[in-house]
Amino acid sequence: MKRPSGMARPLRITRALGAVRPRGRPVPPAAPVPGEVLAEAEGLTVRLGAREVLADVGVRVRAGEVLALVGPNGAGKSTLLSVLAADLPPTAGCVRIHGRPASDWSVPELALRRAVLPQSASLSFPFTVGEVVRMGRAPWTSVRPEDDGAAVAGAMAATEVTGLAARPFSALSGGERARVALARVLAQCAPLLLLDEPTAALDLRHQELVLRLCRERALAGDAVVVVLHDLGLAAAHAHRVAVLRAGRVAADGPPREVFTRGLLSRVYEQPVEVFPHPRTGTVVVLPDRAAGPSA
Amino acid sequence: MSVLEKTVREPVAPAPPRGRRTTAWLLTAGLVAGLVVLVPVAAGTGAYPVPVGDVFASVLHRSGLGGGELDRIAESVLWNVRFPRIALALLVGASLGCAGALMQGVFGNPLAEPGVIGVSSGAAVGAVAAIALGLNFAGNWTVPVLAFVAGLSTVLLVYGMSRSGGRTEVVTLILTGIAVNAFAGALIGLFLFFADTAAINQITFWQLGSLSQATWPKVLAVLPCAALGLTVAPLYARRLDLLALGERPARHLGVDVERLRIVLVLVIALLTAAAVSVSGIIGFVGLVVPHLLRMAAGPGHRFLLPGSALLGALVLLAADLIARTVAEPAELPLGVLTALLGSPFFFWLLRRTRRRQGGWA
Repeated sequence: MKRPSGMARPLRITRALGAVRPRGRPVPPAAPVPGEVLAEAEGLTVRLGAREVLADVGVRVRAGEVLALVGPNGAGKSTLLSVLAADLPPTAGCVRIHGRPASDWSVPELALRRAVLPQSASLSFPFTVGEVVRMGRAPWTSVRPEDDGAAVAGAMAATEVTGLAARPFSALSGGERARVALARVLAQCAPLLLLDEPTAALDLRHQELVLRLCRERALAGDAVVVVLHDLGLAAAHAHRVAVLRAGRVAADGPPREVFTRGLLSRVYEQPVEVFPHPRTGTVVVLPDRAAGPSA
Repeated sequence: MSVLEKTVREPVAPAPPRGRRTTAWLLTAGLVAGLVVLVPVAAGTGAYPVPVGDVFASVLHRSGLGGGELDRIAESVLWNVRFPRIALALLVGASLGCAGALMQGVFGNPLAEPGVIGVSSGAAVGAVAAIALGLNFAGNWTVPVLAFVAGLSTVLLVYGMSRSGGRTEVVTLILTGIAVNAFAGALIGLFLFFADTAAINQITFWQLGSLSQATWPKVLAVLPCAALGLTVAPLYARRLDLLALGERPARHLGVDVERLRIVLVLVIALLTAAAVSVSGIIGFVGLVVPHLLRMAAGPGHRFLLPGSALLGALVLLAADLIARTVAEPAELPLGVLTALLGSPFFFWLLRRTRRRQGGWA
C-alpha cells in the first residue's frame, strides 16, 4: 500500500522540475544510444514566398551516423538543414529533435542539443580565433563551465587551428576561417551536428580532415548531417546519403546503393560515370565528359 | 615543422588573450583614476576659481566628515553650479558612450551611433516639441518622456528599415540615418518657425548641445534612466559578443536574439533620450569612444560596455571643462566642440579602416 505513494512523489517532483526547466538552467541531454533518432523530419514542406523549396521531405538522423545531403544547386539542402536546426519553421509537416517537436525546446536547450555550421562564417568585430572558438562554449556557461578549456583545446587541435589562436579572425584566409568556424561548432559538444558545406573553402588535405572528424564524432555516438557537393567525399565518408532534387528526396541510403549512374545523371542533368575505385572499392563519381550534357 | 606537429598533436589549452585582459584592467584603472583627478579639477576651475583643497574641504564638510565651510559665494558656485554640471556631464557622457557601444553591438556594425543614424535628432524632436508646444503633462519629466518616445520610435524605424534577411547593410543604415536626420531637422525647423522667442532660445540650445543649464532637478531627471540603462547593459555583454557571429549562429549558441534585440533597443533609447533630454545633441562621443576602446582592448563587450561608459564620462567632462574655459568669459557650445574634435578623428578612423581592410563594404 505504501509503495505506490512512495513512487508518486518523485514523479511529481520531476514534473514540477519539468515545468520550471525553461526558466532555470537548461538540462544537458543524456549521451545518445547508438541508432537513436536525434533528428527527424516527416512530411516536411517549406514554402518561401511563392516557391516551394521542400515538398514532402522525410529524413531521419541517427546517433552514430554521418548523413550526407547532396544534390544540385537550389535543391533545398541548406533549407532542409536549417529546418532540422529549428531555424526555419516548416510550412507543413513536423520536425523532432531528440524526440521532441523542435518548437517545444527553448533556445538554450536547443543549443545543448545541436550545433550548426553556417555556409559562410562572418564576424562583425575583430575577435581573435581563440575568442571565437570559446564562443562555442556559451551554452555550457550555466551548466558545466569546467569542461570549457579541454573542449576548446580539443576542437582547435582537431581542426589544426591551435597556432592561429591569437590572430584576429578577420585576418584569416577563407579556408582558415572555415576551420575556425568548425572548431567553434565542435567545441559546442552537441550530440547533433549540422554542417552546411564544411569543405567548400578547404584544400584537399583539410577536406579529408574535416570528414574524418565527422566520422570520429559519429563513432563517438553523435549524429552528423553534412551538406556536400563533392560526391566522391560523400561516397567515401558518409554512412548514408540523401539525394535531393527540386525539394524532394530522390534517394536515401548507403552511398554504394544510391550512387548509380542512372540516378545521378538524372538528378544533376549531367551524364556521370560511377565505378568502384580499383584499389579500395569505394564508389567514384566523375562527370562523363565524353557524352556532353544531356538535353 | 616539429613545433607545428607538436601543437597539433597535444591539445594544449590555447592561451586566452591575456594581453587584452591585462589591457582592459589597466584601462579601467586608468579611466577611474582619470575621473578621480578630473572631477575635483573641474569643480575648482572656472570664472570663479576654487582651490582643489577647498573643494575637498567643502565636500567633506557637507558629508559630515570634517573639512570646513567655504565662503558663501564659493559654496554656491560649487554646489549650485559646478557640481550639478559635473554630475550631468558624467551621466550624459556615460550614457552616450554606453549607448554607442550597445548600438554598434546590436547592429553588428561599427558605424552605428545614436547621432550618425539619427536617433539623437529623433529624440531631440520629441524634446523640442515639448518645449515649442509648451507641453507639461508630466511636469519635470515631460521633456525626457517625449525625448524617450521619439528616440525609441526612431530607433525602431531605423532598425526596421536598415535590415533585410537578418542582417544590417551599411549603406542602407547610413542612408536611413541621412533621411532620418534630414526629417528630424525639418521637424525641428517647423517647431522653430512656430515657436515664440523664449522657446526659440531653448531650442537653439538643443541643436548646439550644452550642459550650461545644469541644475540638480535635471540631474535627478536623468539619473534613473542612466542608472537603469547602465546597470542593465553589462548583463547582455556575453550575448552581444555572440551576436557578432551573426543572428542565426548566436541563436544556435542559445541566445534568444529577438528578445535580446528588443531589450537592448529599449536600453539604447533610454540612455540616448536621457542624455539628449538634458544636454541637446552631443555628437561623436558614442561613435568615437567605443572605437578607441576596441582598438586598445579588443571587441569583448564585457569590458567595452562599462569601459565606454567610463571613457564617455571622462571625455565629456573634459570637453565640457574645455568648452567653458577656453573662451572665457564666453562659453563654447559643447556639441559644437565634440563635433569639432570628433569629426577629424572619425575621418582618420575611416581612412585607417580603409587602409587595413579595404573599407566597410
